[in-house]
Amino acid sequence: MIVFLLRRLGAGLVLIFVVTAATFFLTYGANIPVARNILGPSATQDQVNLLNTQLGLDQPILQQYWTWLTGVLTGDLGTSYFTSEPIASALASRLPVTLSVVLVASIITLLLSTVLGIASAARGGWLDTLLQSVATFSYIFPAIVLGIVLVYVFAIALRLVPAIGFVPFAQSPVGWFLSVILPAVVLAIGGIASLAAQIRGSMIDELSRDYIRSLRSRGSSEASILFRHALRNAAGPALTTFSLLFITMFGSSLFIEKIFALPGYGTFAFTSTIQGDLPAMLGVTLFSVVLVVIVNLLVDVLQGWLNPKVRT
Amino acid sequence: MSVYDPSDTTTPAAVEGGAETRRAGAFLRLLRKPMGLGSLLVLAVVVVLGLLEPVLRTHSPNFTSLDFINAPPGTPGWPLGADQYGRDIWARALSSINVSVISALIGASVAILIGTVFGLIAGYRGQRTDAATSWVFNLLMTFPALVLVIVLTPLTGGAYQITMAIFGFFLAPGIYRLVRNLVVGVRNELYVDAARVSGLSNRRIISRHVFYVVRGPIIISAAFMASAAISVQAGLAFLGLGSTQVPSFGVMTNDAFLNIYGQPVQLVWPSVFLALLNGALVLLGNAYRDVLAGPQAGRKRRRTRRLVGEAVPMAAPGAQSSAVSAATPDRGEGGLLTVRNLRVAYPSTDGSEREVVRGLDLEVNPGEIVGLVGESGSGKTQTAFSILGLLPKEARVSADELRVAGDSLLDGNGAAQRNLRGGVVSYVPQEPMSNLDPSYTIGSQLMEGLKRTMPRKEAKAAILALLERVGIPDPPRTFKAYPHQISGGMAQRVLIAGAVVSRPKLLIADEPTTALDVTVQAEILDLLRELQRELGMGVLLVTHNFGVVADLCDRVVVMRNGELVEEGAVRDIFHAPSQTYTKELIAAILDEETTRSDAPASPMGSGVS
Amino acid sequence: MPEVLKGISLNVAAGETVGLVGESGSGKTTIGRAVLGLAKPTGGSIKFEGEDITHLPSGERRRLAKDVQVVFQDPYTSLNPALQVADTLSEPLIAQGIRGADARKRVLELLDRVGLPTDSAQRYPREFSGGQRQRVAIARALALRPKLIVCDEPVSALDLTTQARVLDLFIELQRETGVAYLFITHDLSVVRHISHRVAVMFRGEIVESGPTGKVTTAPDHDYTRRLLLAAPTADPDRQAERRAERRKLLATTGASGAAVNLD
Repeated sequence: MIVFLLRRLGAGLVLIFVVTAATFFLTYGANIPVARNILGPSATQDQVNLLNTQLGLDQPILQQYWTWLTGVLTGDLGTSYFTSEPIASALASRLPVTLSVVLVASIITLLLSTVLGIASAARGGWLDTLLQSVATFSYIFPAIVLGIVLVYVFAIALRLVPAIGFVPFAQSPVGWFLSVILPAVVLAIGGIASLAAQIRGSMIDELSRDYIRSLRSRGSSEASILFRHALRNAAGPALTTFSLLFITMFGSSLFIEKIFALPGYGTFAFTSTIQGDLPAMLGVTLFSVVLVVIVNLLVDVLQGWLNPKVRT
Repeated sequence: MSVYDPSDTTTPAAVEGGAETRRAGAFLRLLRKPMGLGSLLVLAVVVVLGLLEPVLRTHSPNFTSLDFINAPPGTPGWPLGADQYGRDIWARALSSINVSVISALIGASVAILIGTVFGLIAGYRGQRTDAATSWVFNLLMTFPALVLVIVLTPLTGGAYQITMAIFGFFLAPGIYRLVRNLVVGVRNELYVDAARVSGLSNRRIISRHVFYVVRGPIIISAAFMASAAISVQAGLAFLGLGSTQVPSFGVMTNDAFLNIYGQPVQLVWPSVFLALLNGALVLLGNAYRDVLAGPQAGRKRRRTRRLVGEAVPMAAPGAQSSAVSAATPDRGEGGLLTVRNLRVAYPSTDGSEREVVRGLDLEVNPGEIVGLVGESGSGKTQTAFSILGLLPKEARVSADELRVAGDSLLDGNGAAQRNLRGGVVSYVPQEPMSNLDPSYTIGSQLMEGLKRTMPRKEAKAAILALLERVGIPDPPRTFKAYPHQISGGMAQRVLIAGAVVSRPKLLIADEPTTALDVTVQAEILDLLRELQRELGMGVLLVTHNFGVVADLCDRVVVMRNGELVEEGAVRDIFHAPSQTYTKELIAAILDEETTRSDAPASPMGSGVS
Repeated sequence: MPEVLKGISLNVAAGETVGLVGESGSGKTTIGRAVLGLAKPTGGSIKFEGEDITHLPSGERRRLAKDVQVVFQDPYTSLNPALQVADTLSEPLIAQGIRGADARKRVLELLDRVGLPTDSAQRYPREFSGGQRQRVAIARALALRPKLIVCDEPVSALDLTTQARVLDLFIELQRETGVAYLFITHDLSVVRHISHRVAVMFRGEIVESGPTGKVTTAPDHDYTRRLLLAAPTADPDRQAERRAERRKLLATTGASGAAVNLD
């Protein structure tokens, strides 16, 4: 088990390294006129050259990469070209917003898709149809359309939740919940469809296996067969789906933050990309990959706990 | 393999019907489905609207007219009205269709090209090529793709086409996994081995056997990926990434969003077009999936619909009195198992019922071993499962009488069978390995049913003692072991221990040695015989092997097509069968006296050495 | 499961059937696959008509398709469910450049030879029973008039009555065409029925080989004896005797552990 986790950790570190390096060379190598963008069209070429030197952009790209990499290893992600704010603290202050939305969305997704998936596998009928409809619905309406419709209905027409903004949990748990619930629901709708379908499929597979019949023949109860045995064996593939889903939900959250005017990663990533704020863009990339790796490792631990073959 | 569809129940009729429809091309069958035809038509109409853009519009999509700011839909010359800048929404929508269609084409084709090529190579070459490519693609799969698509926008110079190519690259792992797994599956098929032995080249094998299998699933994924590309392009444009001069549904949505307090209706148009495009693609994908799944798909769905629970035997219509008397347990009869006029039927797709057991009578006395023999399709396994109450729920089981140890099982709700299982009646299956839950230790699985009737400690002691009794060398270790840590022969001993721990009166064994090697089979047969004697159990032994029958059974029941052909004492059946079918069966047994005695055939060439 | 072979020597002469008997994990299937070129042995050599074919490159190996063919155990997975029988049967013909009318004629000839109606050509595998599918597989093996057919448990998935008929077909075809069989099976009664000579495998080694009559009635090796006594015979009284005999053998050799550890 430990060897297995170490190998997965190694793969995670490779992922972090490869993604950030690729992003670095693609963006820094793209010859974006950063200094010109900052200073505006009226600045002289000398002023631009001076700023380029100050930002270190006149150095060879490998040199720049080395500087960035060693900085990262000491926890320094550089400072924003435009606001001079340290990237690390800028990201840290935005982390609670995006994480709130994505985690609430994950919880909704996990709960509802487990219930829906099991029920639909065990009973079928109209539940199957419901599941199919949710899936089709989530494909038909992109997150942005869904988000705007929800804002319109619940915030503008019904005034049930605030239309925009984020309330920190510490300030008001209820306010926090109301500020993240709509975006979380938008993300969850897409997630529920694919995860519930996956759970339904795996449950049907497991329930039709021989060992279920054997358990029944030895007098196991239906509840034990469904939850203790079939669900546990179906959980492995479902967890893998969930870990991929988490990445997608995290990515989608960047899109819908704008609709709900949430000051999270999405806004930050968008602004820095538009501006060509290279250190900020790299910071966003690094934080995203690290988050993905952490979630994957958690899923691996759970897989090991579920599956004795992984453990030994 | 579907467990609830044992080979016992195949009907040639259903098979014939399926073949006819298969012959029509998949595309034709797609057109015959309302959903397939409908979504194709919608897709075609929307795409044609986009292609005819120059003809259908009166203004250029970026033309602004201050006179028509926020003009309502239906304004002459502005069919869908104008936005807050006075631009023609109809013209912008038509332009946006083209952007969406191009995004879908680029995103899906890049994903399919990369994924298919590498999937085919990795799946077919296998070994190190597979390991290396799979590692790379698995890594690629966990990339936070949407973040990277955003961050890499500066590289594209605002061209959404390049962004979509990048997005397609990130979609490729999905296709890769699909193709690779399908190819690995096909490569291990014996028919591919046979093609190789036939002398076909790798290229031919891929085009003939492998590509056929991956084609359908790729088309289905393409529909979903096209839809994803459309949504992502819309999302990026909504954020304002990429050129603002190119009208697209994302830009239109953003404009409408900014205008939401004033003119919410403007939000409808981009949403409707996005929904039409995505909906048509996704439903098309679903329809095509149904088409490929073939005519059996409907039946399969019905079968899997109610997996929980088990079929409940009903009293046959003509046997009311017997069912009523069953409510008050009478234990007068001497038989351990009494079955009268047992019928098992399954509903088939056309609404009729297919009977797999037709009016079977069966009797097992205490301490007697009865062999239930027949070829595949004879209904022997269905009979055994209906006594245990382990048939799938849609099976219709009825009987005039169904009694174990005097108790009628025809109580109408299956409670009697549930009470008997794991107590008075127990079961030994055919495949030992697949009958153990891989996630739990052997001990915990065997304990599970037992915990209802005795305290934990006692149950554990009983199981440990039995594991020892069935010949397991180190019972405490096996108790704590997981199924994958023991051999098939051991697993069968474990299952036998689990079956007899409750000291059952009736043991139902379904081909208990068929999956085992001959030498292991001999030991398991010995074990069953000894346990039967020690516990004085009645045994119903389902088998197709006459050697096993001769070894264990006192009496034999021969079945064919769900009916009883003949029954009698074991020596009578072997030496003096009365029915033609039994005689045929006995004659087909390869006798042991004669070995092949003719000389090798005249050589037409030389052999192998 | 990994099958490890240890220095096997085996000869098949033209026109004869050599039965290869063993339990799971004994290595019998690996031998068959090595002869077919589907598995690469790490040592030793396989010669066909005097030529070493052990490590032939795949291009040259395909040339051998004309002479060495196969019938697999599972008639459900050895035929591509998506191909009509005619397509399956013409596969080896295409590989040898036989097409069009010649190929069609040969397909009908083959169907006739294995006792299937000619309208089978346009049918799909799933329209056939297990025994009929196995006949299709046999027809495919015969298509190029091979000199050797490797038969890997070709009747063990079949019902008793079908099994007997398919075995008779094998024997009849051998008499007509002079083809040799390497007949791999776990079933001693099948081996007795079809083989001229038998080799018994145990844990990657051939422990005994010789004429069928000798090996199956008066075996020299303990394992062969145990194998013979373990197979139940279809007669209650003789089976009781065999059981007693087996007990006696196990008591004297004390070797039951071998069979308990199924790998």
